Amino acid sequence: MSSPKAQLEKLPRSMQVILLLGAIALAAFPLVPLTGADFYLQMLSQMMILAIFAMSLDLLQGVTGLVSLGHAAYFGLAGYALAFLTPADTPISLWWSLPVSALGAGLAALIIGFFVVRTHGIYFIMVTMAFAQMVFFLFFDNKALGGSDGLYVNFRPDASLFGWTGIDLENKTTFYYFTLLLLVLVYAFLRRLLFSPFGRVLAGIRVNEHRMRAVGYGTFGYKLAAFTLAGALAGVAGFLWAAQTGYVNPELMGFHMSAHAIMMVILGGMGNFAGAIVGAFAFEYVMHFFKDLTKHWQLLMGTFIVLIVVFAPRGLLGLVAQFSRKRGAP
Amino acid sequence: MDFANFLIQLLNSLQYGLLLFMLAAGLTLIFGIMGVVNLAHGSFYMLGAYLSWFLVSQLDSLALAIVLGTVIAVVFGWLLEWLLFRHFYHRDHLDQVLLTFGLIYIFEEVRSILWGDDVHSVQVPEMLNWSIPLTDNLSYPVYRLVMSGVCIALALGLYLLISKTRLGMKIRAGAFNREMTESLGINIRLIHGVVFALGVALAAIAGMIASPVSSVYPGMGSSVLIMCFVVVVIGGIGSVRGALVAALLVGLVDTFGKVLVPQIAGMAVYMLMAAVLLYKPEGLFKQ
Repeated sequence: MSSPKAQLEKLPRSMQVILLLGAIALAAFPLVPLTGADFYLQMLSQMMILAIFAMSLDLLQGVTGLVSLGHAAYFGLAGYALAFLTPADTPISLWWSLPVSALGAGLAALIIGFFVVRTHGIYFIMVTMAFAQMVFFLFFDNKALGGSDGLYVNFRPDASLFGWTGIDLENKTTFYYFTLLLLVLVYAFLRRLLFSPFGRVLAGIRVNEHRMRAVGYGTFGYKLAAFTLAGALAGVAGFLWAAQTGYVNPELMGFHMSAHAIMMVILGGMGNFAGAIVGAFAFEYVMHFFKDLTKHWQLLMGTFIVLIVVFAPRGLLGLVAQFSRKRGAP
Repeated sequence: MDFANFLIQLLNSLQYGLLLFMLAAGLTLIFGIMGVVNLAHGSFYMLGAYLSWFLVSQLDSLALAIVLGTVIAVVFGWLLEWLLFRHFYHRDHLDQVLLTFGLIYIFEEVRSILWGDDVHSVQVPEMLNWSIPLTDNLSYPVYRLVMSGVCIALALGLYLLISKTRLGMKIRAGAFNREMTESLGINIRLIHGVVFALGVALAAIAGMIASPVSSVYPGMGSSVLIMCFVVVVIGGIGSVRGALVAALLVGLVDTFGKVLVPQIAGMAVYMLMAAVLLYKPEGLFKQ
């Protein structure tokens, strides 16, 4: 049993430039007059939200070496939290609904993590999946929790602060920038975390958990902390998703959502968070592309996934790095 | 709950548990011997059910359909192992998860192209289409009893194959130490092919014999897959005996959960799993 390999923890200069250019392009996008701009704004917001989700999973999958096949549960739980917190007739304040939703997702991750973190390898994969399915059925079976139809989020959260109403999330462009801001913040936070002592311990657990234990680290606590943090960050993404679409249903916590997140992280290249962002954008783009192309998109998507796993297991950033290394060599 | 009702629920839970065992046995063998996480295992169940529906509509006989369907499933499993899975035994579990997730998409679409997206039902064979009366208004369908019987027979066959035959000895040796087995001159690749084909066939047979009871519908694989995972986790990876005990346990909890506490019936099985994990993180029958 080999543990998943992370790569490119320290991003080469060329890649940093690419990321910066990408961020600038995202920031400049709403300024470009475009037909159907609303549609693209929404699509890009959605991609950014999924990028946050994918990064949160990367903390487990790429950094700590824990492959969670149930990460969507925390994404969905925070979305449901917003749906429950929002009253039928007025919006709720962003400033406490976002932390409460994210903490709620984190709390769920803490409880479930207590059970799953003690398992390893194949068990971890299956147990995370099974617990996510438990959460799925909790909402799917109970009419009081929305049942199979889900719930509406009647209003986007209200971002006014002490009477100042400069941010109006009902505005698509404002919401877009708010999502972009959170994407950058979460990325910066996770990059900082990656090179902190805590992040080094997590990376050590990925490389050799037994040795970390022998050196004297209580790996259970570290893994549980990572699982909880990843759940809370997935909650941030789920909160944004529910706010944007105005609607939550059990599918948000489903098996496919979790598997897609894994695919995004792999597709970009794992263990450095930049790959998760690239992967989320690329995966969503490919998915939209196939869906527009044919109604048999599942065949194309499945083949695409199989080909990526067979030929590019280190993801797009891995390919770029390989290419630049070849070119750089004499 | 009076006795007749209780008996019916007990028989139902037995039948469900045995069906789960058929699926979980293949899954746990493939895990245990080749170390592969196979998310697409549920798809074999679905393909079995669709094969049964299609073959019954052509041949007009369920028994014949099951025999022919089993042959197709074995060939299919063999080919799949040879073309794809064989190259993934030494890869990360992560790669295996993604490969088999991609396969789910492919199998679903192939099914949709071949047989459409409609829900179908399969007729219970005339000979078995009657019920045993238990009380004045309660009775138990014979077909379900036959189903359980077939599952028990196959479970027994599997047990004999693994613990009493030469092939079974090689399979166990391969699970225990691959390199050593290979150096003793045993063709381990052949063993892997046999085990994989066996797993696919068991899942497909489960789908085929279940098709007259449950309807045949798209996506029927994924719900059963997750149940199988729970069974394998409770039983312990690689342990066929564990899979049997866990499957029967899950059958009991699920069936009686639906009757006694319908509000949390969907969750009951997962709570059982959580309890087992607290007590034994590696399953009841860890090898």
